[in-house]
Amino acid sequence: MAAEVARELRASFAAGRTRPVEWRAAQLRALVRMIEEKEGDISAALHADLAKPHMESYLHEISLAKASCTFALKGMKSWTKPEKVPAAITTFPSTAQIVSEPLGVVLVISAWNYPFLLSIDPVIGAIAAGNAVVLKPSEIAPATSSLFAKLLPEYVDNSCIKVVEGGVEETTALLEQKWDKIFYTGSGTVARVVMAAAAKHLTPVALELGGKCPVIVDSNVDLHVAIKRIAVGGFLKRVIERFYGEDPLQSADLSRIVNSKHFNRLTSLVEEKKVADKIVYGGQTDEKQLKIAPTVLVDVPLDTALMTAEIFGPYLPIITVEKIEESIDFINSKTKPLAAYLFTKNKKLQDDFVANVPAGGMLVNDVALHLANPHLPFGGVGESGMGSYHGKFSFDCFTHKKAVLIRGFGGEATARYPPYTTEKQKILRGLINGSFIALILALLGFPKEKR
Amino acid sequence: MAVAELGETVSELRQAYESGRTRSLAWRQAQLRGLLRLLKEQQETAFEALHEDLGKHRAEAYRDEVGLLMKSANVALRQLGKWMTPEKVWVPLVAFPATGQIVPEPLGVILIFACWNVPLGLSLEPLIGAIAAGNAVALKPSELSPCTAKFLAENVGKYMDAAAVKVVQGGPEVGEQLMEHRWDKVLFTGSPRVGRAVMAAASKHLTPVALELGGKCPCIFDMMSSARELQIAVNRIVGAKWSCCAGQACLAIDYLLVEERYLPVLLKVLKSTMKRFFSDADAMARIVNARHFQRLSNLLKDKEVAPSILHGGSMDAENLYIEPTILLNPPLDSAIMTEEIFGPLLPIITLKKIEDSIAFVRTMPKPLALYAFTGDAKLRRRIVEETSSGSVTFNDAVVQYAIDALPFGGVGQSGSGQYHGKYSFEMFSHKKAVMKRGYLIELTLRYPPWNERKIALMRHLYRFDYFGFVLCFLGLRR
Repeated sequence: MAAEVARELRASFAAGRTRPVEWRAAQLRALVRMIEEKEGDISAALHADLAKPHMESYLHEISLAKASCTFALKGMKSWTKPEKVPAAITTFPSTAQIVSEPLGVVLVISAWNYPFLLSIDPVIGAIAAGNAVVLKPSEIAPATSSLFAKLLPEYVDNSCIKVVEGGVEETTALLEQKWDKIFYTGSGTVARVVMAAAAKHLTPVALELGGKCPVIVDSNVDLHVAIKRIAVGGFLKRVIERFYGEDPLQSADLSRIVNSKHFNRLTSLVEEKKVADKIVYGGQTDEKQLKIAPTVLVDVPLDTALMTAEIFGPYLPIITVEKIEESIDFINSKTKPLAAYLFTKNKKLQDDFVANVPAGGMLVNDVALHLANPHLPFGGVGESGMGSYHGKFSFDCFTHKKAVLIRGFGGEATARYPPYTTEKQKILRGLINGSFIALILALLGFPKEKR
Repeated sequence: MAVAELGETVSELRQAYESGRTRSLAWRQAQLRGLLRLLKEQQETAFEALHEDLGKHRAEAYRDEVGLLMKSANVALRQLGKWMTPEKVWVPLVAFPATGQIVPEPLGVILIFACWNVPLGLSLEPLIGAIAAGNAVALKPSELSPCTAKFLAENVGKYMDAAAVKVVQGGPEVGEQLMEHRWDKVLFTGSPRVGRAVMAAASKHLTPVALELGGKCPCIFDMMSSARELQIAVNRIVGAKWSCCAGQACLAIDYLLVEERYLPVLLKVLKSTMKRFFSDADAMARIVNARHFQRLSNLLKDKEVAPSILHGGSMDAENLYIEPTILLNPPLDSAIMTEEIFGPLLPIITLKKIEDSIAFVRTMPKPLALYAFTGDAKLRRRIVEETSSGSVTFNDAVVQYAIDALPFGGVGQSGSGQYHGKYSFEMFSHKKAVMKRGYLIELTLRYPPWNERKIALMRHLYRFDYFGFVLCFLGLRR
């Protein structure tokens, strides 16, 4: 089945269906219509998969997906235009440009935590860039996956944009085919499998992974560590109560854990006494609803699983340090995260943070917002991934920038060719170094060939 | 190099990078200046090494390697400050007050594998980019160009920061051992077969890779409008095929496509030009080693192919010399037409109409470069739009390599990732998105508990409909 899909998409691409800008725009407009007309269904699917509150679905997935489409629709005309670049004196006269062309047929494998956005956003980029695309939504968010399988064919060109549902088996079958790019969002473990499979076909990959995204909170106050800890903990308690009420498990605004496997993974992270003892707020769980309340811990021992693996759940461990500057070394002792955050008014600390903490992206005095800015590339580095997207970066992610050089017959530099006499070598040196005089000499036909 | 020694080298590089010494503009400039001094002061030795390894004439060595490297290092020196400057980006009003920028930062420790055919160029050109981007670098030149490898090992440490820029010598086993370690990026130039192995090894550590592979670079040859243009075109073709390391170049013309009625004219000029250029024995490089000589000789000796040899064909195994050879219409399923030739053999395929070349090229894997000699603007447009390749050059060949503003790299089977000029800097950088906000305005509607009013307000904001937002906020609109 995977081979069928690949074959059909390749035929559609070869036939040139996805190339015209009008086709691409039509698909994107159809996606906008889909998001507008089916917002209720999308929200319902996200609620079925994750108990995501409607507002969260709107704020963090639906609206961003729509914004992505409209941004691409606005930008496409200029993005698809060839870019003229300066040619060199060495090749005078000539014109040079960079032409953006689609890679061909691409595979997008998506994740379960933002199952709508993380599926549709890369697909938008692939379409804008003129590719044929197959989407493999996460089977761990089954309602959203089947929603895509049902809805996309109703709105977009099914011969060029397909959905394949399934788990490990279907994904493995897809990975055996040859694609022109694979875009994967998910874990580092599976990413390695994806990249190894891609290597067989020399397929380039974009991997959007995770990591332990740190938040540094500066207090700007010279207080004893213990008081700082309480102050932060105290503030957190008040805010959490304001958002979710006194019993967060009852709040409709709290999403649930995606499935029992992850629920068990998370609860076991805090089972150990030396971890459970560090809980300062929260900790309540409801296995039936698969809900875990926002939980704050302080100074959990660093060798525990909670502190070494990516949490991906509602636990917030706080680590206290003597001097806030130590936090930078702490972060750098771990693998590079997808994002790093800092709250401070201290300009020097801000500069230090930006210059010395490698991360996919960073935000000062806020969290996560940077992903909503289409002018900023979104992607990881090191263990948090490779490649980036959003805005024009999505277009670039699925594009080959083809260098095109057009020469005429006006300037013929015989100095390039053997037999290599000393005079020729002199002129050649000049030409390569961009010497105008050498160019003139070469154009005038020096050195004169002896016939 | 022993496994333990290798491990030490890698951790020394990691330490050098972690110490922060490679970050400053001053350090990067010092390395580039050191490289320029190396190329200037050791130029004769470099020419000798290239001549030893490949029989390259010093003019070819300058034109294709040393000269271009000096140009690139100078460009990097001039542009470095600009490349390193963060790029400010627009931030939507809803995030006010806020600033956004893209900050380039080094990836860390880079590994560069170079191929044997342009051994200096393929090591040092990426090195320029990696250093400009502020990384520590390990260079692994090909063992098939041993004199150049030795030249690099002896000189790089002397002219550059030996703690942060190292040369590792050895064969495939050393390459494999190097790939056991985690790198922040690996650039590999070579064959697709080894490229697959490099990428597979890199996947274990999620190391991003750039692969510069090859392919069969076709040359589409259309009717030329005058004898002068025909001669110039043929000069360029002959130069691009045989004066580039005897055709052992990823960018060399692999095969030629021409209309059958035009063949006799083309052949006549081809032969006379070849005679003129290569009258001297030392004008053309030799085949790199006996294994490749054997491979090329097998391509010609193939029973189905031998009859199509039109010109040349003589071989000297002792001197590893193969005469510039032209073949006419060898079978399309023969090795010479399915594998990258990488040698001084030029198959010519004739077609009824030159436009058929587009369909022909599309049946082959995407090459690193596509060449077309034509004055027909419509054909040019069709070639650009209907074929895919790393690059396209009209009315010349290989020269695109010298233009810094054009990205150099393949697509599909010819590779992924691009460099040269600013692209080299970007290849070895991570573009970090950085956004800074203030506390002046706090939009509490971002947070739970949520209600319909908050959703309505958000809708307006996300459409950048600030007027609607204000009305809604004031309760004057739903």
